[in-house]
Amino acid sequence: MAGYVSAHRQGSATLPRRRLTEPALVRWTLIGIALAFLALFLAVPLVMVFSEAFAKGVDAYWAALEDPDALSAIRLTLFVAAIAVPSNLIFGISAGWAIAKFRFPGRNLLITLIDLPFAVSPVISGLVFVLLFGRRGWFGPWLFDHDIKIVFAVPGIVLATIFVSFPFIAREIIPVMEASGTEEEEAARVLGASGLQTFFRVTLPNIKWGLLYGVILCNARAMGEFGAVSVVSGHVRGRTNTMPLHVEILYNEYNFQAAFAVASVLALLALVTLVAKAVIERRLARSLAAHDETAAPESA
Amino acid sequence: MTFRSSLRVAALAALATAGLASAAQAQTLLNVSYDPTRELYEAVNTAFIKDYAAKTGKTVKIEQSHGGSGGQARAVIDGLDADVVTLALAYDIDAIAKSGLIDPAWQRRLPDNSSPYTSTIVFLVRNGNPKGIKDWNDLIKPGVSVITPNPKTSGGARWAYLAAWEYGKRAGGGKDAAGKDFVAKLYKNVPVLDSGARGSTTTFVQRGIGDVLLSWENEAFLALAETPGKFQIVVPSVSILAEPPVAVVDKNVDHHNTRAIAEAYLKFLYTPEAQEIIAKNHYRPRDPKVLAKYASALPKLTLFTIDDAFGGWQKAQAAHFADGGSFDQIYVPSGR
Repeated sequence: MAGYVSAHRQGSATLPRRRLTEPALVRWTLIGIALAFLALFLAVPLVMVFSEAFAKGVDAYWAALEDPDALSAIRLTLFVAAIAVPSNLIFGISAGWAIAKFRFPGRNLLITLIDLPFAVSPVISGLVFVLLFGRRGWFGPWLFDHDIKIVFAVPGIVLATIFVSFPFIAREIIPVMEASGTEEEEAARVLGASGLQTFFRVTLPNIKWGLLYGVILCNARAMGEFGAVSVVSGHVRGRTNTMPLHVEILYNEYNFQAAFAVASVLALLALVTLVAKAVIERRLARSLAAHDETAAPESA
Repeated sequence: MTFRSSLRVAALAALATAGLASAAQAQTLLNVSYDPTRELYEAVNTAFIKDYAAKTGKTVKIEQSHGGSGGQARAVIDGLDADVVTLALAYDIDAIAKSGLIDPAWQRRLPDNSSPYTSTIVFLVRNGNPKGIKDWNDLIKPGVSVITPNPKTSGGARWAYLAAWEYGKRAGGGKDAAGKDFVAKLYKNVPVLDSGARGSTTTFVQRGIGDVLLSWENEAFLALAETPGKFQIVVPSVSILAEPPVAVVDKNVDHHNTRAIAEAYLKFLYTPEAQEIIAKNHYRPRDPKVLAKYASALPKLTLFTIDDAFGGWQKAQAAHFADGGSFDQIYVPSGR
């Protein structure tokens, strides 16, 4: 864990630029292979999605998106992300804060637990919620007696999405928070700032780019999640189908053009995410570098 | 209680009942069904909504959920709040009944074992039938790749498995060992098991895997209609009479207050209008008149019932698909 943190820091901030010494042939072969793979696995499928989506013309494309079930899937996906991302934002900041700024028993355990959703298969994450909240699950009988629906309804989808996407924000801000250390906060407190003032004036500005980067990754996963959501969704059209699930349904109904039209919306969201990510990544590297210069001028 | 306060209570009660009445007017029914019935229930629902509005003046909304029959039953048991289930086989509804959500005597509540239509398992092959598949025994030849879903989760796959078993048994002089030997050879030729019938159809039709798809009759006809000129149907000498049943989920409808609509919905399936829709979607209608009208469109073959050949679903399930049953004994995933 700590290794990951420090390696990340060095890699993005203090590694000096070295001249490439490999012969041109090796360089160009490697670049060629990388580009070929990119074209094959990223560019071609993307072009494919959009060409299939518009295969029957622009009208058919809009018709597929204006279908009530498609609209409801889009709405549900956005709704779920709108709950999952802020929840994970709060969780990520608290966990990052605790881990980066304090030493306490169980700290390493907490770091490991944050990575848990990366380690388990999404299908298992979904099943866990069915086993907990299903009619025959631990809390099932009580929930059904009180007419509270969790699995096979929107709350279950939200829970599963939060679960699979919660490491992203914490993982991104822990290195940034560790990099900035505790001196500035200590200085702020000594100078009389309250806890909240310290957080908003000192901590938050230091981590904002890492935080945004985490939010974007978290959002991408929240909107794109298929496995875990599929298990808890119940697949009720127009009610519990998210966009990825709706794409599968349309595809299975021989409705390729509509399937790709909805998929293209997901792809567009992904592209926007990528662009935002690239911009933020650059700022993040710059803010980290700037911070290292001011924090440790002697070692440079 | 003063006059004034009792007036208030009355007003509140009126409001509450008004709320209930308006809720009842736009009632929603959730039909949890198996995989290939998407197109069927889309058409049936439209007809039923119209019919119900004409008869009662009430608007009803019907929601659909589709997936492998066994998986859908599992979801209902785990809390998917279906008002009606329309699954691929009686055993899956029995499983829901066992969990206490449906009256155990559900199958006697509607005509024809609560199955408003029947179907069977046929073969879908690539155009020109390059592997020369004519009957079940062609499926066990080396080099023939057979696509069928997982019998653990899919209803259609269980019907197909039992049809193959019975064919093998009859060919081997009526011995169960012959049936088992036949399905063992057959499943050696199965490269991939999808979880539901539609998944297998997609594997065969769109991903181009396999030489023959063991398919619901209606599913095979749908594939023909969607991709003309690429496939053809092969009707085996004998197959199983599949009776996909329907039932109201008692506990859920009583809870949602939707019993009347749910029962009307299932009864509607037996009306000539719905039977026509059923026949047009290549299922075999129960109504003799409708059946006669569409007889030419339905291939003729010898059909046996599960009760005659296997002594009913409870027995068949225990012997073949339960943990340690014949399927677990014969199936070795390829690549191991």
